[in-house]
Amino acid sequence: MANIISDETIEYVGILAKLELSDAEKEQAKADMGRMLDYIDKLGELDTDGVEPMSHVFSAENVFREDVVTNGDDRERLLSNAPQEKDGMFVVPPTF
Amino acid sequence: MDIMDMTALQLAAAIREGKTTAVDATEAVLARIEEQDKTYNCYVTVDSDGALAQARAVQKKIEAGELTGPLAGVPVAVKDNLCTEGLRTTCSSKILHNFVPTYTAEAVKNLQKAGAVILGKTNMDEFAMGSTTETSAYGVTRNPRNTEHVPGGSSGGSAAAVAAKECFYAIGSDTGGSIRQPASYCGVVGMKPTYGTVSRYGLIAYGSSLDQIGPLTKDVADCAAVLEALSSHDMKDSTSIAREDTDFTAALTDDVKGLRIGIPNDYLGEGLDGEVREAILRAADVLKEKGAVVEYFDLSLVEYAIPAYYTIAAAEASSNLERFDGVKYGYRTEEYAGLHNMYKKSRSEGFGEEVKRRIMLGSFVLSSGYYDAYYLKALKVKALIKKAFDEAFSKYDVILGPAAPTTAPKLGESLADPIQMYLGDIYTIAVNLAGLPGICLPCGLDSKGLPIGLQLIGDCFQEKKLIRAAYSYQQGGELA
Repeated sequence: MANIISDETIEYVGILAKLELSDAEKEQAKADMGRMLDYIDKLGELDTDGVEPMSHVFSAENVFREDVVTNGDDRERLLSNAPQEKDGMFVVPPTF
Repeated sequence: MDIMDMTALQLAAAIREGKTTAVDATEAVLARIEEQDKTYNCYVTVDSDGALAQARAVQKKIEAGELTGPLAGVPVAVKDNLCTEGLRTTCSSKILHNFVPTYTAEAVKNLQKAGAVILGKTNMDEFAMGSTTETSAYGVTRNPRNTEHVPGGSSGGSAAAVAAKECFYAIGSDTGGSIRQPASYCGVVGMKPTYGTVSRYGLIAYGSSLDQIGPLTKDVADCAAVLEALSSHDMKDSTSIAREDTDFTAALTDDVKGLRIGIPNDYLGEGLDGEVREAILRAADVLKEKGAVVEYFDLSLVEYAIPAYYTIAAAEASSNLERFDGVKYGYRTEEYAGLHNMYKKSRSEGFGEEVKRRIMLGSFVLSSGYYDAYYLKALKVKALIKKAFDEAFSKYDVILGPAAPTTAPKLGESLADPIQMYLGDIYTIAVNLAGLPGICLPCGLDSKGLPIGLQLIGDCFQEKKLIRAAYSYQQGGELA
């Protein structure tokens, strides 16, 4: 395997991805990601010098519309999906 | 004719003629679901009461002459990644186990305008990440053609529901083959339209630059009619395209004279099952006898589509799935210490293995230091793949090939080796990268009695050529 994923890398990816992995899951993730990157390295065989990266197939242009409110007040219904709510607000753990 | 054997268009005609009603059809199909779905598990949620209420309302409008369209009164199954107001929408994930949307996806609204009766929400691979429907948090779906086999994925519940006659048609989404491959495995018709044809508003995003919604149906005529109903220009989806040519049913003609069909040699090589290959070539012969010009050519770059796709799709997924944080909706872990720990624990407990694998890969390829080498490289390869298709479509109207290298694998055989599973997407995935339309239709059975799917790929906005070719094939070829 050409791509060896270090403990530090998998910790870092866990931070970026906001995932907490058990030790066993970390080992599995290191192996899976290494294999997948080995496979993706195949793209390196292609000469892409001077090729423009294509994010969208059709030339993406900004689409504008008037900023007019068309929906009604959905607060109650939206909050009914929240794991925890109070006085019309989402409840989150202390952030300080 | 038993109404359960009718296509969507036949049923709507029977309702219009007063031979049956939307209510009778809905009752019949709900009874079928009740009887069979313990075995197949096509649905995550069945909305019996809601469906009957809709059916009564729709029937009234039909009788009052307010609903006259070709699909009015027909019951439909909707993939569980499309938001439905007031009806639980899970994406087959634990993290959305109790999510009830406050609005309905535009594509589903378009069907409602056409008089559809929504039966419920179909099972899928979690967040549409998978090829077998085995990554669902709500159990596997079994292939109605042989219950020891998978229905394909990720729209496996939708394809299986059509094959099992647990609906008259269904809708799914296709990011790398998720409509066409399960259509192939279940022996039904499935189509992914040109990117931008169907609004993605209300579709829970996986890979936004690749996702498209499309029909799964019993035959090509239904497929054209459903696509016609689904398509619209929507200001709520900035990638939605204003098209004038969405009268797809106008292309339902048995005429392929002079149609130029190209078969990529690279779609017939190593890895393709012999019986699938034979069936595809027989299908090409049927079209040739009807007057199409069939040639072989080298498409090139085929083996680069999968690594480019998994890089781009994982990158987009890692960003799209950031919203699931245990605050606004869905699952929140029970015990936590502070905000970040709550995010991490909720996500780690709420997402399944394959979803976490792709989020981590996506976070990695977008991270500083690796962005250019992986993500940007994949976008450049995407540009090359698009160019290869442009060259092919300067010579051909339609590209013909298989939808999948094999027929449906057995349950439990695919998930152990993710890369092997990803390789099964080889014939469908490039279509999404290039934004092209593709249709899959049955073209025979293998020696185990499992359906084989024929895939036709068109240039952007050329759905009508695909529908014409597919319809012509259905008038003369082997079905399944």
